[in-house]
Amino acid sequence: MTNATLTPVPAAPVANRRNRLSKGRLPRWAIPVVGLSALVLGAAGSTLGGFSIASMLIYTALLFVVGATAVTVIVEGRRQGTNSFFTYLIHGCFILALIPLISVLYTVLERGLPGMTSNFLFTSMNGMTGAVDNQSVADGTPVLGGAYHAVVGTLLITAFSTIISVPIGMLAAIYLVEYGQGKALSRGITFFVDVMTGIPSIVAGLFAGALFGILFGPSTRMGIVAAVALSVLMIPTVVRSTEEMLKIVPNELREASYALGVRKWRTIAQVVIPTAISGIASGVTLAIARVIGETAPILVTAGLANNINFNVFSNWMATLPTFIYYQILSPTSPTNIDPSAQRAWAAALLLIIMVMVLNLGARLIARVFSPKTGR
Amino acid sequence: MSKRIDVSDLNVYYGNFRAVADVNIEIGAKSVTAFIGPSGCGKSTFLRTLNRMHEVIPGATVEGQVLLDGDNLYDPGVDPVTVRSQIGMVFQRPNPFPTMSIRDNVLAGVKLNARKISRSDADDLVESSLRASNLWNEVKDRLDKPGSGLSGGQQQRLCIARTIAVKPGVILMDEPCSALDPISTLAIEDLINEMKNDYTVVIVTHNMQQAARVSDKTAFFNIAGTGKPGKLIEYDDTATIFSNPSVKATEDYVSGRFG
Ligand SMILES: Nc1ncnc2c1ncn2[C@@H]1O[C@H](COP(=O)(O)OP(=O)(O)OP(=O)(O)O)[C@@H](O)[C@H]1O
Ligand SMILES: [Mg+2]
Repeated sequence: MTNATLTPVPAAPVANRRNRLSKGRLPRWAIPVVGLSALVLGAAGSTLGGFSIASMLIYTALLFVVGATAVTVIVEGRRQGTNSFFTYLIHGCFILALIPLISVLYTVLERGLPGMTSNFLFTSMNGMTGAVDNQSVADGTPVLGGAYHAVVGTLLITAFSTIISVPIGMLAAIYLVEYGQGKALSRGITFFVDVMTGIPSIVAGLFAGALFGILFGPSTRMGIVAAVALSVLMIPTVVRSTEEMLKIVPNELREASYALGVRKWRTIAQVVIPTAISGIASGVTLAIARVIGETAPILVTAGLANNINFNVFSNWMATLPTFIYYQILSPTSPTNIDPSAQRAWAAALLLIIMVMVLNLGARLIARVFSPKTGR
Repeated sequence: MSKRIDVSDLNVYYGNFRAVADVNIEIGAKSVTAFIGPSGCGKSTFLRTLNRMHEVIPGATVEGQVLLDGDNLYDPGVDPVTVRSQIGMVFQRPNPFPTMSIRDNVLAGVKLNARKISRSDADDLVESSLRASNLWNEVKDRLDKPGSGLSGGQQQRLCIARTIAVKPGVILMDEPCSALDPISTLAIEDLINEMKNDYTVVIVTHNMQQAARVSDKTAFFNIAGTGKPGKLIEYDDTATIFSNPSVKATEDYVSGRFG
């Protein structure tokens, strides 16, 4: 009984009456069908001029975009047609942009994974000669020698260049945003930072090499010289990203702090920077990721080493990029280049993994430090 | 603790632009003074000169005297930081520090200045400040949660608590209720009425009823035209300003016949 009162009154009869506000709509199966026919036609078309997967995919994509747009225009009208045309176009561009990325990842994984042995990770190239490689190829035993020394070099040199550039870059950015507004010095700094952004990395390497050459005698090669070269490349990135992050800290927070009788430098150190820290951290990570793969400036500043060197202040040092470069360019055994190629690909994989870990670390930092919301 | 302010011949500039001209005003201790006037007439600008917040803006300068219990704020040698710790300010938009918890927001004035404070003193200060700003009961169970998770009205009261916690003699408020609902507004007005016992309060408001409800004295500012400086037109007991002002412009403004 009571049920009857609760039953919603049925709306006026709608049976088969088209809503006058709506236009025609494609049935749900229409687009997949267009896709399938595009695939079939694309495959057929590509056989005409010698079948290949690439040409088939290209034909299919073109046919699909044209076909799906045409169907949509016919059924749903011009506006929807334009909409779907650009939707498909943008998705297509996205896929196109992903191809190189995925292909790089795939290639590096495929060729690098076999070389990822504990031997590779925990031994250096010290004492590895062509004879050793020839021997292991002849015997079919695992490749000896590894990139431990290069990993150590990469970590040390990158760490030192970070230690050099983060304080300089952050302080410069703080000056630019908090103190130098409109002053000649700050315009000068901005100009030179812009110029520095465009310095080719080899020039930075030559600069650091020449600088230390003047200070400590010609051809001084050690890790710290490379760290200085890399920091020349890092500083502008750190300045720029920190500057952007400090700029978006609302002025109201600074004023709130001043109004409590807090000094300017304390306000900057304890209100402004903590508010911006997550952005600054990711900016620094990007800067590190940019320099960790540099090759040329390392070669002219830290030279190349086969042995493990934990001291950035003396002797030559290797990093992963220079390791890869030399393994490919002058294989340890000129007659059997496979062991060297394997080591190079494994090193490339390792480098990518390091950059990824770095990115994850930055995200973690950002998560931990970012302004908290919620109750 | 509360202090009086005497302003004489004050001119306030943004670069070359004179925003406020020739203000003379005496603000008594333990009173609530309201500044009213049309938009752009320089109320905020003038208010910010009272605790030297004006000069934070690049190119902004001040001429004239502001005496806090007889000492000129603008004497050479006076550190604006000292001034600001004695004259607190609450802004139009609530601006709690987003990286800090509710508790740390209240303690901001102490902690940011790296002043040592024992745990129990800090707890007492947090509780008394939050009680004074009528927020204690709403937040006492979540003092460690972020301050930005509060409602707008609660955030504004948190900002007031933060200001009270540094124990200033004077509290300046620039349209503290303009972003708030009527209930939060009433809570803050009640609060201002209580604060009068301990502090000198100066409040800028666009709300005539609010000025009439909370203030002892009212100052009416006006501007002759765009590009002209704002001036203090009339300053008197609130009752007089609203019932029997001596200047025609004031009467027009408070009765809504302005412009
Ligand atoms: N940062 C600034 N730089 C230059 N001029 C400013 C600045 N802030 C305010 N002014 C100018 O100073 C004058 C007074 O502004 P002020 O903000 O004090 O007005 P107000 O009375 O507080 O107005 P409202 O009631 O809208 O808040 C205006 O002409 C304004 O354009
Ligand atoms: Mg204002």
